Amino acid sequence: MGYDLSMRVWRGDVDSGELAPYTVPVEEGEVVLDAVHRLQATQAPDLAVRWNCKAGKCGSCSAEVNGRPRLMCMTRLTDYDPDETITVTPMRTFPVVKDLVCDVSYNYEKARELPAFAPGPPDPDGKRRMMQADVERGQEFRKCIECFLCQNTCHVIRDHEENKPAFAGPRFFLRYAELDMHPLDTNDRRQLAQEAAGLGMCNITKCCTEVCPENIKITDNAIIPMKERVVDRRYDPLVWLGSKIFRRDERTEV
Amino acid sequence: MGPARAKVAERTFRRDRWWLSPLGIGLILLFFVVYSTIRYFMNDHYWAAEEHYLTPFYSPCISASCVPGSSHFGTPLPEIPAFIPIAIVTLIGVGGFRATCYYYRKAYYRSFFLSPTACAVPEPRGSYKGETRFPLIVQNSHRYFFYVAALFALINLYDAILALHGVNGGVGVGLGTVIIWGNLAMLAAYTLSCHACRHVVGGRLRNFGKHPVRYRFWTLVSKLNTRHGQFAMISLFTVIFTDFYIMAVAADWFSDPRIVN
Amino acid sequence: MAEFERHSYDVVVIGAGGAGLRAAIAAHDAGARTAIICKSLLGKAHTVMAEGGAAAAMGNLWPDDSWRVHFRDTMRGGKMLNNWRMAQLHAQEAPERVLELEEWGALFDRTPDGLISQRDFGGHRYARLAHVGDRTGLEMIRTLQQRAVALGIDVFMECTVTEVLTDDGAVAGAFGYWRESGRFIVFETPSIVLATGGIGKVYEVTSNSWEYTGDGHALGLRAGAPLINMEFVQFHPTGMVWPPSVRGILVTESVRGDGGVLKNSEGERFMFNYIPDFFKAETADTEEEADGWYDDKKNNRRPPELLPRDEVARAINSEIKAGRGSPHGGVFLDIASRRSPEFIQRRLPSMYHQFKELADVDITAEPMEIGPTCHYVMGGVEVDADTGASAVTGLYAAGEVSGGMHGSNRLGGNSLSDLLVFGRRAGLNAAYYAGRLSESRPQVSERDVTAAGKAALAPFSDAGRVDENPYTLQKDLQATMQRLVGIIRTREELTQALVELETLKERAKHIQVEGHRQYNPGWHLALDLANMLLVAECVATAALEREESRGGHTRDDFPLPSEDWGSKNLVLTEKDGVVSLKHQPLQTMPGELQQLFEEE
Repeated sequence: MGYDLSMRVWRGDVDSGELAPYTVPVEEGEVVLDAVHRLQATQAPDLAVRWNCKAGKCGSCSAEVNGRPRLMCMTRLTDYDPDETITVTPMRTFPVVKDLVCDVSYNYEKARELPAFAPGPPDPDGKRRMMQADVERGQEFRKCIECFLCQNTCHVIRDHEENKPAFAGPRFFLRYAELDMHPLDTNDRRQLAQEAAGLGMCNITKCCTEVCPENIKITDNAIIPMKERVVDRRYDPLVWLGSKIFRRDERTEV
Repeated sequence: MGPARAKVAERTFRRDRWWLSPLGIGLILLFFVVYSTIRYFMNDHYWAAEEHYLTPFYSPCISASCVPGSSHFGTPLPEIPAFIPIAIVTLIGVGGFRATCYYYRKAYYRSFFLSPTACAVPEPRGSYKGETRFPLIVQNSHRYFFYVAALFALINLYDAILALHGVNGGVGVGLGTVIIWGNLAMLAAYTLSCHACRHVVGGRLRNFGKHPVRYRFWTLVSKLNTRHGQFAMISLFTVIFTDFYIMAVAADWFSDPRIVN
Repeated sequence: MAEFERHSYDVVVIGAGGAGLRAAIAAHDAGARTAIICKSLLGKAHTVMAEGGAAAAMGNLWPDDSWRVHFRDTMRGGKMLNNWRMAQLHAQEAPERVLELEEWGALFDRTPDGLISQRDFGGHRYARLAHVGDRTGLEMIRTLQQRAVALGIDVFMECTVTEVLTDDGAVAGAFGYWRESGRFIVFETPSIVLATGGIGKVYEVTSNSWEYTGDGHALGLRAGAPLINMEFVQFHPTGMVWPPSVRGILVTESVRGDGGVLKNSEGERFMFNYIPDFFKAETADTEEEADGWYDDKKNNRRPPELLPRDEVARAINSEIKAGRGSPHGGVFLDIASRRSPEFIQRRLPSMYHQFKELADVDITAEPMEIGPTCHYVMGGVEVDADTGASAVTGLYAAGEVSGGMHGSNRLGGNSLSDLLVFGRRAGLNAAYYAGRLSESRPQVSERDVTAAGKAALAPFSDAGRVDENPYTLQKDLQATMQRLVGIIRTREELTQALVELETLKERAKHIQVEGHRQYNPGWHLALDLANMLLVAECVATAALEREESRGGHTRDDFPLPSEDWGSKNLVLTEKDGVVSLKHQPLQTMPGELQQLFEEE
């Protein structure tokens, strides 16, 4: 049940590039990455593409298929009409290296800016206890495979390159949320999330959630709760007054 | 665009009808805004005296200008000139709650601000700072609008109980009563499923293990919260419909079919 | 010759999977200036594919568990061919290493009283795998990655090392290229930790990614470090078989640990027919007893589905050969009829997702079709158990690239803990060694650098010969290995394999790549192919020599284990492109450990 798929793949580098047309035979059950690999093996040996696991677990093969940010290994050809021409382009938000490969170092820089997990002392017997309910909240965020599709699709940096220095992006709001909700962490990350990471720039239009291949509810479970936590810290006059009167760090209470 | 990005001339390769949903939702929101503006400035037909129906748009009616019988909580506000809505408090409270709601923000940022209209579709404006400065920084006040909205929801409950009055005394149920209760249920679902509510009941905790009761509440609200957007849209329609129905009854365009009494 | 980019470090770790990251953290903590080099982006290493968990006898669920029981399970799983000292250190230190991850932010699933929960796995007597749903590897690599980032360790991403440079038999540095630009890079360092993982890409059906081309095995071998146990390749019993494009992708053993069973096309739970004598005493022989075991481990024996991987893979292979396979050439793995959809979705979320998205199969409603897939190589660089040091001064190895720990067959869950235990040990000792050297470090010779650069550019040189496409060559190599050096082996086939490998090696000399050096996958593959051909030859050579069946090595012409072979390793060395082999007796286990096996 194979057929000949027509594709347009962006070929080029920093200086120039174009959509190169190809026709490649594909088989039943294949995904876009299979088609790209077959191109590579038979027609375009120097076609640059990142991939590793081919099972949606490593988050390497991020690209845009017909304009939608996707993992190529999880985009089945059955989602498209056999007559349709499939257009594959590199992620738009990051500088291109070659063909479908982007320079994603922005994300690694943002990762470095984030203060690490800082647990308090363990229980008296040296062990650490956490309830499954607490762990599950963070586990959802730790499903993140760092494909950076959310970063790519977020209009704050996709459409406004100049925001990059001040904006950490959904992937790292996820990380802020994970740590701020970690029952053993001792840092207060709310101020930082708002000021250094640019949480306020997010206008919760939910595109990050829409493209997440792991189906993490980035907006509802991480970004909005973080925004609410920031409200606790910065915009809640009652809390502010309480901290002035009782001189207590509101954080130790929760 | 950064000079190092891939040079792609096309603004988007999306070929699906990505504009359909923001357009549809935009039209619905526009209709709601127009309808509510007209209704709030109408300053009339909000109290169906015989059936004891008070429209949620004017609840609570606390100005001395309110028609007799509609002020269930007294009239702490003085008379208000006709060009100002007598239900200005409700307008600000409930309107503010919806305007700062996380779901509606998503909807109108997409439909009206076009930032962005749809995912991976470029937004037209040159610079963008989001909710970091005035006026949009005010969105952070959603929490307080939630408290106010919760209070209004309780008042609506009181109104709904009053709507159980019979036309000739005693207990009575008309079609309007059913509509009012249905609307109340949707308003309650919308209010309770709010992200700020989720935060307040338990989301702000760092350690669920130490607060099992609040964790149960949080789990419940979290379940509702996944359908917050649906509740937001449904309650929009029920509230308009309820208001329209009560207006029709109050203006005698239509008489309320009674089920009991 | 143009000047190359140069860096100087105390310790250079090649590979950024679990072992590499753990080694780098240890080296950094010991005060060494440390760099990590990895072929992919940071955090994409194959460790993310590990699903089930990390085996550690913490005794959170079964207080009777202890390192001794874990040690015994490991040795029995490896059919007693393991380096006993490694197995001992592994069992003793694994709990500490797992707890350490928690200090760094890992969120393992919990027991009701808040401790780390543990799950059942094949070959383990007690439930002892610390896990996070079925994505434990991702959790581990993310934790280690975040720790390494927090410590500020330098990472060279998308950088491939093609040669370990030596000076008078001791490590002096490494030569490599940036994948992005194709430019060369030279590291001057007295200590190198190889943590490059395995060789799975030499097979057609494999759970491994493109990176698994045996780089570390080949780098070590060429630098003078012998390899051991290369004949033992683990075929994971459960890989996906349909659709063809996902053939080989792993289906975690947790499916069986959580109650899944194997059935043939006749609906028979066939594993009961394949219980070897060696495991008879501890394996259930009725379905009732097997099903009772999940809840009551004291009074029931383990289900045969949870036999060590080599046994299960062979059984599946036999069923398929006997014509009782599934429509797409596998067998059925059924959890849908045995556990509730909620249970399956909670315990195996990635598996649910994987089958739904890639194969359109709802595993909560229908059985999966699975078959064996190349998963892990037990063999690797021979190392000192305590330090991870190879025979070459300054060269260390940890994780899959090292050999000995798992003997002839690895138990599921022992890999993640192996990475942590020996990653740390190798990193520490590499740092200590570099520290002891003080001034007199081995020097990188310019001649070696020039030669390495020339070798790396060879695929571009147009000498007017027959052009070979690297992709075609890789495909042919994989076909040869799959067909002739697979799960079941014979003398004739292995001999034939060596002949074909010679031809392939010859063809590899004529590889011609198109394009330029900037991010050119064809060129990268051409360079990786040299390593793949070398390790393939090692596997085939050792497999031909070992005339018995044991663990991950099954000879149709010698179907039983032999006592004589059970007491020795095969050691491979390379000189001037020629692989040679010798026999080497196993180290004897001290009496007190031996007793653990006599008690039964």
